[in-house]
Amino acid sequence: MRARRLFEVALVGATALALTFLLLPLIAIFLRVPLGELVAQLGSDVAVDALLVTLETTAIAQALILLVGTPTAYLIASRRFRGRALAVTLIELPLVLPPAVAGLALLAAFGRLGLLGSTFEVLGVTVSTGTKAAVVLAITYVASPFYVRGAIASFEALDQPLLDASRTLGAGPARTFFRIALPLAAKGLGAAAALSFARGIGEFGATIMFAGSLQGVTQTLSLAIYAQFDLDPDVALSLGALLVVVCAAILFTVKLLPAWTRSSSTSVYPFAPSDSS
Amino acid sequence: MDALELDIRLPLRSFRLELALALGRETFALVGPSGAGKTTVLRAVAGLARPEAGRVVLDGEVLFDTTLRIDLPPEARRVGFVFQDYALFPHMTVAQNVAYGARDRAAELLERFRISHLAGARPGELSGGERQRVGLARALARDPGVLLLDEPLSALDPHTRAALRLELKEILDELALPVLLVTHDFHDAAVLAERVAAIADGRIRQVGTPSELIAAPADAFVASFTGANVLAGRARRGADGLTEVALDGGGVVYSVDEALGDVEVAVYPWDIAISREAPHDSALNHVRGPITSFVLIGNRVRVQVGGLVGEVTAASAERLSLEEGDVVMASFKAAATRLVERAPASSGR
Repeated sequence: MRARRLFEVALVGATALALTFLLLPLIAIFLRVPLGELVAQLGSDVAVDALLVTLETTAIAQALILLVGTPTAYLIASRRFRGRALAVTLIELPLVLPPAVAGLALLAAFGRLGLLGSTFEVLGVTVSTGTKAAVVLAITYVASPFYVRGAIASFEALDQPLLDASRTLGAGPARTFFRIALPLAAKGLGAAAALSFARGIGEFGATIMFAGSLQGVTQTLSLAIYAQFDLDPDVALSLGALLVVVCAAILFTVKLLPAWTRSSSTSVYPFAPSDSS
Repeated sequence: MDALELDIRLPLRSFRLELALALGRETFALVGPSGAGKTTVLRAVAGLARPEAGRVVLDGEVLFDTTLRIDLPPEARRVGFVFQDYALFPHMTVAQNVAYGARDRAAELLERFRISHLAGARPGELSGGERQRVGLARALARDPGVLLLDEPLSALDPHTRAALRLELKEILDELALPVLLVTHDFHDAAVLAERVAAIADGRIRQVGTPSELIAAPADAFVASFTGANVLAGRARRGADGLTEVALDGGGVVYSVDEALGDVEVAVYPWDIAISREAPHDSALNHVRGPITSFVLIGNRVRVQVGGLVGEVTAASAERLSLEEGDVVMASFKAAATRLVERAPASSGR
């Protein structure tokens, strides 16, 4: 009896410690600077520029991730082919790769003197240091695995008979994808997209290595926090507070996404009586 | 002319599916235990599984032929498939489900299957019977040349099952369409189908009407699958032109069938009479022993005596005041005793 109680206390204690540790720094951000001051600082040039750059680059990066990542995930989820495990590993690599290394690698590949730098310039896109395109690439590289991994899992969880049924009803693979697979995986895809969006908004390492930190061009919120940290800590803190709010909002959205797609099988009530009316 | 002809070979995990079938405008059932390869046959017809070799022809149109290198995709085959558990699209209404295959016939089909009032409902809100009707209506929307049913009744409880079996029977009779259905339940097959093929380990053991399979099972597998008691023994010629079988488990059984050597004796529960004393009738075979199990099913009682299951009416069980543990006599006629080949060892799985 005593031992059991002690165990309960240990569990609750550990949980309380963990939650406090996670929450304390977040609260501290809001306590360091008065709320009115926080909001006022968000109106500063640096803050507005950083917010605009972040929104623009993250939105473009996210669009690229969805557009290319969704078909990639569907292919990997629905087929078994040689090299599939390798492909999945490659997709997940940016998760564990240090962002600074990712930035360096992007520089080596797409920078002016890099592998493909000249090719891109011919196409009229300059991605070298100091351009928004570079920020977009950095974010896409680092954030994409969060979406693609989740998308693969969502497509794999689909009930195969539903896809088969669609085919036998005259729908080709493309119509089956758009009418059945996509709507049924929508919830999982949405959650995965939100995670990659949150990761993209906070991107720092790869961006600073590859794109640099030019206010109004490549300076995203995270980079602005770093740049303002020495110049004006209040601005850094208000930008930090903004990111906390945005990221928390994204996480909540993911958790509260409508649950109408939760059942992928129609046999929820295997013993439902027949209505013979 | 046969509406559907197939002859396919397809390696599965632990055996090869090798099967040839031809069916006309009839309901044909493939019956066999789970894992016998039944569903794979349907998938091969629909284009969802690809045989290693063979041919599938529907109404003269070649759907699949390895020598001609023809393999039409599922969407190009005129095949209606009703999946196990129906596989209705959960994010669509009943009307959208039925209209998925062909928009123009949806209203007519909803009407015909008496589900118009459910047009706006989602599959999750439907009962088992309603789901079955939606699944059938949806599969018929494209005007298929053959209807495939995969374990149509397996998702249901016994009570619902009996009612839906009859409903399905009526629907299939009205369709006048070739129907190929698979089930692991011989009783379902016997009610629904005109012809039945017993299948085990990817091969057909016997094809015939349900009563043919019961009257003359080709082997012990078919006999036990159709519900017979199966006892192993050794046959030799006996007196009066009868065959005498010494059972492996002890005792002797007489049969009018001729056989020699290792055989299995098949006798159906409804051919076994249960009595307190040896009856004064022509039955030659008697097994005496205690009742080891006594199960009331509706108006019948299944009584197990020794290795045999007999069926008696509930009324006569009451008249004899039978109870578990009572020592009784199970009797059956030599004429009701079929001698069949021993099943190959592999079907014991």
